[in-house]
Amino acid sequence: MRSEHVLTTKELSRSDIEAVLDRAVDIARDPPDRSQYEDTILALLFFEPSTRTKMSFDTAMKRLGGTTVDLGPVGSSSVTKGESLADTVRVIEGYADGIVLRHPSEGAAKMASEFVDVPLINAGDGAGHHPTQTLLDLYTIRENVGFDDLSIGIMGDLKYGRTVHSLSHALTKLDARQHFISPESLRLPRSVRYDLHEAGANVREHTEIEDVLPSLDVLYVTRIQRERFHDENEYRKVAGQYHITAELLDEAADDLIVMHPLPRVDEIAPDVDETAHAKYFEQAHNGVPVRMALLDLLLGGIDQ
Amino acid sequence: MSDHSTDNDRELRVSKIENGTVIDHVPGGQALKVLAILGIDGSGGETVSIGMNVPSKKLGRKDIVKVESRELSQNEVDVISLIAPDASINIIREFDVVEKSRVDRPATVTDVIACPNRNCITTQNEPVVSKFDVLDDGVRCIYCDTIVRDDLAEHIQTE
Repeated sequence: MRSEHVLTTKELSRSDIEAVLDRAVDIARDPPDRSQYEDTILALLFFEPSTRTKMSFDTAMKRLGGTTVDLGPVGSSSVTKGESLADTVRVIEGYADGIVLRHPSEGAAKMASEFVDVPLINAGDGAGHHPTQTLLDLYTIRENVGFDDLSIGIMGDLKYGRTVHSLSHALTKLDARQHFISPESLRLPRSVRYDLHEAGANVREHTEIEDVLPSLDVLYVTRIQRERFHDENEYRKVAGQYHITAELLDEAADDLIVMHPLPRVDEIAPDVDETAHAKYFEQAHNGVPVRMALLDLLLGGIDQ
Repeated sequence: MSDHSTDNDRELRVSKIENGTVIDHVPGGQALKVLAILGIDGSGGETVSIGMNVPSKKLGRKDIVKVESRELSQNEVDVISLIAPDASINIIREFDVVEKSRVDRPATVTDVIACPNRNCITTQNEPVVSKFDVLDDGVRCIYCDTIVRDDLAEHIQTE
């Protein structure tokens, strides 16, 4: 890895990405010697509610043989006493060999990384980035359909969806054809469109899923959050329009895979779960080997 | 600059200043933004003269801003360069130009623009100053990636 911190997928090269995925394949098959990590402590700093990301980092560190320390619920921590994030991470740095940070503000992980020397992993910064989600997304894609000549549709809340932003930067490095499907009000933010354009990404934007569904290898669905809409009627209209059902998928290629970073609400009907297209639970499970691989690459060089 | 030898010379002489700064070769129509960058809205009592959309060989039309009794900080010059990349800064003492320089677009601007994204970490109570990369067309927060283009002057940090 070029950097000891993992802040965005923008700074990961294709070979960095493939190194993590290759390591994840090896680890899933043959976990490394646990004694290597018996003295390793990973700090989990989640300033925002999280179940799967936090639990999968916790599980990944413990499966490698290490332990974790946890900030606990934000309401009970020193943050409520007004401590800055910069101070918090400088203190935690003294306790742990690595820090996993989720924070509601964009740029939080980058700023925090400037105050610590231990590896810091961005587990979500507001509407910014979520690079480890992208790594497990790519692992799932590679296992199922491969990276060659990849055509992917990304649907839902593209404006505030940090998983979407991180995924699109990474897909650009894989030369994938990217179709973005959303209502006008939730299209990709200017900053992401700027980066994709600068990188020469193959990108098209749509408002209707039907336009592109038959051409896709992957359909990546994200949640449209009610709180993004001022008007309940507008929300209902949009939510109804971006709703995937087994019937709709009759129009798709037989080997299309449907992914979702979870949690889902209504955007994928339960009848899709029974189809061969559904890969979102497999995707969630892949979080553990992929995060084990990432931790192994970041922390494995530390002389115990 | 060759403009001084044209008919503009007469207009320039009309409002020649004793001490202060002349910001020349500002793109036509941008003078008020330059004043905004300098935090001048008239209420501070500064003596200011501006020429707007003055014919210019180089720019077609240009604006000129003259501010009495004020020399600019490097930060102010950096930000002016973002909206007026061809501007020249003339420092005047006792009616003479004692220093003349072209603005130079910096690669980054630090601690001069407040990030307009209210959810950016630099707007929270953290020991960090704002930092923006300078793009061809605007600036971009290095922390939250927000791009600022048209309304730069509105986001200049006030001391």
